[in-house]
Amino acid sequence: MRDNPLLELVAVFVPLSLVSIGGGPSILAGIAHAVASRHWMSEREFIDLFAISRAAPGPGVLLATLVGWKLAGLLGAAVASLALFLPSSLLYDVVVRRWDHHRGKRWHSALELGLAPIAAGLILAGAVVVLRTGGGEPLLWLIAAASAAVLLWRPKLNPLWVLAAGGVAAAVG
Amino acid sequence: MSESRVSLPALVVAFAKIGLMSFGGALSGWMHSEIVTRRQWLDETDFLNGLAFAQIMPGANVANLSLYIGRRLRGGVGAVAALLGMLLPPMVLVVVLAAAYEAVDGVAWLHRFIDGVAAAAVGLTAMVGLRAARRVERRIAPLAAMLAVFVAVGLLNWPMVPVVLALTPFSVAAAWRDVHADA
Repeated sequence: MRDNPLLELVAVFVPLSLVSIGGGPSILAGIAHAVASRHWMSEREFIDLFAISRAAPGPGVLLATLVGWKLAGLLGAAVASLALFLPSSLLYDVVVRRWDHHRGKRWHSALELGLAPIAAGLILAGAVVVLRTGGGEPLLWLIAAASAAVLLWRPKLNPLWVLAAGGVAAAVG
Repeated sequence: MSESRVSLPALVVAFAKIGLMSFGGALSGWMHSEIVTRRQWLDETDFLNGLAFAQIMPGANVANLSLYIGRRLRGGVGAVAALLGMLLPPMVLVVVLAAAYEAVDGVAWLHRFIDGVAAAAVGLTAMVGLRAARRVERRIAPLAAMLAVFVAVGLLNWPMVPVVLALTPFSVAAAWRDVHADA
């Protein structure tokens, strides 16, 4: 299994790219599963990469870039990123140019309504899977719940403050 | 749509700024204020059309939206320029950060700090999920689909790709029927 990490990255991220319904956060569970079942790294290392990817600017799916980097250095980072972004981008570009906005109206509504529950289920699943990977300590569940509550209360708050507060709470707690 | 009004370097710079300035994944809001409000490269309707489409297609919404805006402004080359401008700088930065973190590995409190950051990031993700769940129609089929995906992938650890491939047609078919019934 270990002999060609680049092919493994492609085999994992290309399918995830094409089912990333609802965008980046929806494939978090898929990435976590792949990392665990293929023994790509320890849980500790995965949590580190997840935290770094969320504290850095840019789209949340940069976790894929970091997983590739961990597995196979800079080439791995490039391959994982391409495998994740290229298939969905090509598909999007082809469809958007052929889509007839007028005729496609009913399809659009059906897709919007039909995909929303899949996306919501996936994103919530991702949150639970990562939290369980982190060992499921009560303090960490509490930090996760408190962060969600704070953002519910103040949706415009810069998420960096929430992440920093979570880090400090865990370090002193 | 006046093509070539926007130069390619300007396009790359605008998207690099969007990629580097946005934290927590809320890039579409940033994109709106940069592209529609500040630079007026696209009008509101055009932007919202692109966003709605970016959301129903697979792929990170912001990546799709970058492709859309880039193509509107400068055709195929513009699409590639916008996507790379938005993605590459944060990618380089995140790898540098991870390498720096690895270099100082072994500090116990730093591990605890990172655990806390990860937990807070989970809270952030959960918030996005809850917001998405709130938009789900209050009907049996969509609620069942949402619950089934959550239980299968989140609790039972079933592989995500087959679960999505199995449940999506069911959910979209139910929505198609509902759209028809409401029409």
